[in-house]
Amino acid sequence: MIAHLIRDVPPRVFVWLAAVLAVLIAAPFVANDYQLTVLILILYFAYTGQAWNILMGFAGQLSLGHALYVGLGAYTTAALYVHFGIGPWVGMPVAILISVASGAIVGFLAFRFGVAGVYFAILTIAFAEFARIGFDHFTWVQGSSGLFLPVANYSHNDIIHLRGQPVMFYYVILALTVLAFVICRALLRSRVGYYWQAIREDEPAALALGIPTFRYKMYAIVISAGMTAPAGVFYAFYYNNLFPEQTFFIVRSIEIILGPVIGGVGTLFGPVIGAFLLTGLSETLQNVLTSLGFDTPGATRVFYGICLLLVVIILPHGIWPPIARLLRLDHRETPEA
Amino acid sequence: MALLQVDNVSKNFSGLRAVADVSFAVPDGAIFAVIGPNGAGKTTLFNLIAGVFAPDAGTIAFAGSRIERLQPDEVCRRGVGRTFQIVRPFPALSVEDNVVVGALLRQPDPKAAMRRAHEILGQLDLFEKRRHLAGALTLPDRKRLEVARALATEPKLLLLDEVMAGLRPTETDRMVEIIKRLNAESSLTILLIEHVMRAVMSVATRVLVLHHGAAIAEGPPEAVVREPAVIESYLGVEAV
Repeated sequence: MIAHLIRDVPPRVFVWLAAVLAVLIAAPFVANDYQLTVLILILYFAYTGQAWNILMGFAGQLSLGHALYVGLGAYTTAALYVHFGIGPWVGMPVAILISVASGAIVGFLAFRFGVAGVYFAILTIAFAEFARIGFDHFTWVQGSSGLFLPVANYSHNDIIHLRGQPVMFYYVILALTVLAFVICRALLRSRVGYYWQAIREDEPAALALGIPTFRYKMYAIVISAGMTAPAGVFYAFYYNNLFPEQTFFIVRSIEIILGPVIGGVGTLFGPVIGAFLLTGLSETLQNVLTSLGFDTPGATRVFYGICLLLVVIILPHGIWPPIARLLRLDHRETPEA
Repeated sequence: MALLQVDNVSKNFSGLRAVADVSFAVPDGAIFAVIGPNGAGKTTLFNLIAGVFAPDAGTIAFAGSRIERLQPDEVCRRGVGRTFQIVRPFPALSVEDNVVVGALLRQPDPKAAMRRAHEILGQLDLFEKRRHLAGALTLPDRKRLEVARALATEPKLLLLDEVMAGLRPTETDRMVEIIKRLNAESSLTILLIEHVMRAVMSVATRVLVLHHGAAIAEGPPEAVVREPAVIESYLGVEAV
């Protein structure tokens, strides 16, 4: 398994990856509280971007409703914790299962009946909106007045119940992000990864090569939804409060996709680089503006817009592909058309 | 026994009779050509065999079992490979990855599939370009990539839809050479649609002529081109 994963990875890439990981592991020792919060946010978007990328980047199906799976993951584990005292790690498999099931429903309706392209995207928005409105009236989880997890001042970090200091949350989301990266690489290098890319590039041609495209698109949405759910678990226990209006809001879905779009859709490093650039720079910008005495709450949105515009115009395949060529990681000989 | 047996197959598109009551048999090991003027129903016939459309009437049997209600992916898994008239490479994938996608059908391990892909690319003179992006290839290369990808699924029957259309004469000869070699060396049965008569005459062992969806002649190429009905449909009545 490990031998399969590291096959064809040049030694210098290992060195870089190890260096990046070492920096990330060491970061909490030098970062202040605020910087740690930003890093947590960056890794959260790197993780969700990676999960979203499986469906869009690998299999070519545009989801604009991934907040659905985040929200289901968050509400499932939070409700289990609040009502039954069941810890997040036990609740997580349940959350994943529920996300997988709803992903399967969306996927079945779309792929069985040939809903594709923008119509698929609209269907994903519709399901996230159903959830938002449904949870607003779902009294078991307090509806629109919000579900709150008990908060106390924790003197120690309780990893079992995910109660504690930001440093603990940082390492949890770092571990999740590394795990997602490894899983995505393994998927991309396997038969399913090749088949997804074939479907993304040309579905009739994929069919003609014997690929049962319906089944492989179902795998994509189910794995993507299942991988997104743990981000919701993290979200619930890190923020300690859940409101349907925020959790399932379409802007949450859009925020998930900005990282991979700017970093490079369909690449392994795109979601990570995109998250670092976007969240890192926008927080820095906000900071600089505040320290200069400007009160501009909409500045990050404008910044996102400008980033997106620049990438679409100058680097339509995202930031990562040219970097990969520069580092000679892309061994294809003709540049991207 | 015939590898492919087509019996009384018809297909209508809202009133237009694209294929009308066509029957023929492709013997194992043959190079069988389907020719006919534009709009004769050749590609529709291909799509019926490949499972893209189901026929309105008639049956299609491959290696003894009926396939006319199967989906394209099921037909491919039975052992029928196809190319598209308008080539459909996976443009953002490299040439070798395009072929790996096909090879994974019989070799689920990507490493083994890559070895198989390299063998096939060698057969089709594409090995040197294996790391180019498929979208950046020239038309002759794309046509050979189509064939390579279909071959990678290890078909018993290969359907070639106008793989020589738009090629220069030297490229056409190269393709004819490849088709003959595949047929001889891998005992692959080939069903091809072709417009380029020079190629058909030199490669096909048997020819079926379609006109307005109906079969008007079938036989060895030298005999078929002498039939008045064929000359009439191909060259116009004045030429007779």
